[in-house]
Amino acid sequence: MITVHDVEQIARLAKLEFTDEEKHRFIKSFNEILSYVELLNELDLDGIEPTTHVVPLQNVLREDCLEFSLPREKVMQNAPEQKEGLFRVPKVIGASDE
Amino acid sequence: MPYEPVIGLEVHIQLSTVSKIFCSCSTRFGAAPNTQVCPVCAGLPGVLPVLNRKVVEFAVRLGLATQCHINRKAVFARKNYFYPDLPKGYQISQFDLPFCQDGKIDIEVEGKVKAIRINRIHAEEDAGKSMHAETYVAAGETLVDLNRCGVPLLEVVSEPDIFSPQEAHAYLSCFRRLVRYLEICDGNMEEGSLRCDANISLRPVGTTALGVKTEIKNMNSFSHVEKALAYEISRQAELLERGERIVQETRLWNDGRGITESMRAKEFSHDYRYFPEPDLVPVEIDSQWIDRTRAEMPELPAAKRQRFIGDYSLSTADAEVLTEDRRLAEYFEAVVRESGDARTAATWVLGELLRALNERKHTIEQLRATPAHLAALLKLVAAGGINRAIARETFAIMLESGQMPDEIIRERGWSQINDSQVLEKAVDAVIAECPDETAAFRNGKEKVFGFLMGQVMRRTRGQANPQQLEQLLRQKLDDGNKRY
Repeated sequence: MITVHDVEQIARLAKLEFTDEEKHRFIKSFNEILSYVELLNELDLDGIEPTTHVVPLQNVLREDCLEFSLPREKVMQNAPEQKEGLFRVPKVIGASDE
Repeated sequence: MPYEPVIGLEVHIQLSTVSKIFCSCSTRFGAAPNTQVCPVCAGLPGVLPVLNRKVVEFAVRLGLATQCHINRKAVFARKNYFYPDLPKGYQISQFDLPFCQDGKIDIEVEGKVKAIRINRIHAEEDAGKSMHAETYVAAGETLVDLNRCGVPLLEVVSEPDIFSPQEAHAYLSCFRRLVRYLEICDGNMEEGSLRCDANISLRPVGTTALGVKTEIKNMNSFSHVEKALAYEISRQAELLERGERIVQETRLWNDGRGITESMRAKEFSHDYRYFPEPDLVPVEIDSQWIDRTRAEMPELPAAKRQRFIGDYSLSTADAEVLTEDRRLAEYFEAVVRESGDARTAATWVLGELLRALNERKHTIEQLRATPAHLAALLKLVAAGGINRAIARETFAIMLESGQMPDEIIRERGWSQINDSQVLEKAVDAVIAECPDETAAFRNGKEKVFGFLMGQVMRRTRGQANPQQLEQLLRQKLDDGNKRY
């Protein structure tokens, strides 16, 4: 069963904030979704390879060749703030994750 | 209580492709910010990433070189997290079906060979670059360059088989030599094309259970890795001695202060919520593809070193230096093929050639003197056309001009003087000019002989055949003795 703690954890990962009323609404919907997905556990899947993709395609590859990148004005066009050709964001502390 | 460290390394290498992993933007380092970006690597909606074939080939190459199992089916996965240098909000990586698994790299420490097991090799895209050091940017802001987004990486995860900073160093240098031989990465740690994170824990000597580990990041050179690990070992040992517990966390190496610093543990654990990347179909690597790659593999460093010792009767130390760099090894072998003299070729490559490369900070590809140049020079020396001193000068000119040695010698009139009449004249002149020294030698002062040799060499501008000259000079001086 989903708890308010789970909802808060998922909200944090998505960088979203909710009111208590919204959180309780999510508890209800998450539980409904999970119990629906639970149905799949009734199937006997012994010896069946997990599906990763539903289209029967593999090895869609491109050759290692260059094409034009976007002009910088286009790259930066939607940036709320920029400085010297770089995206400007609020200060982030510490190193990147990976 | 004595503790032993248990270390596992995670190495990221930037692959030497010309284009990015999922789009055709350039991977070139050092371009103006945000000029190598397209809708795919900027993470705009509605775009479709397409995998670069070279990335698969490079992964298989490295997998074969580390004796990994190559998965017949590999799948990309989304690793979800928010960070300003990751415009999509997820990184395309691999999770449960990476390209390669279960391999090993043999390292050598103090003459002993030890296998470090490889857990997995997976491909992923690099993130952009964030700049937040106060020296570059104003307080309260971070600036982001997306050029690096989508540059192909392979992440190579070792098992915790490394038990000292020295072993970590040996593993890294072995690994770097390997990726350079395979020509899949330039291995430059300072520029970030090879990055290393370490997991490290301590346990009482004689026990097998693993202790609580910390992850060390921000080590930008081989010496950082050794220093950071040594520091972390003593830090953890002190805590354990005091009966305190190790906190599982990420720590950053601060090279200026010579310590690792806590990155401030996040208040909740990471949850990347991996799932199969729907925009990229699976990669199936059949045995033909693997066989083809295997056939194209270069000879690997360890095998080459053994062969050099056997084929060319080189010492282990010489063979090691010659095989450190694949291009240097190939240069040496080309000189041997053309000159037919491995010993002399080794002496010249290890001596004059390496010295010249170090002095000029050149790579071997930048040299204007090809193996054919050096081989021709060695042949001239062997045939008595020039002496060693002149050969060294000729070599220096050859490096600059790219001229063949015989041409250099002809232009400068440097051919060795083997004509005994010419040599005799020079010897006579020196004896006449230096009566004091000549007399001293004849009175048994053998040391003066070198001075007299030098005088004759000067008269012949260094071109005298040294063996012939020595014989002649001795003979003349002795004749004089008899006469008195």
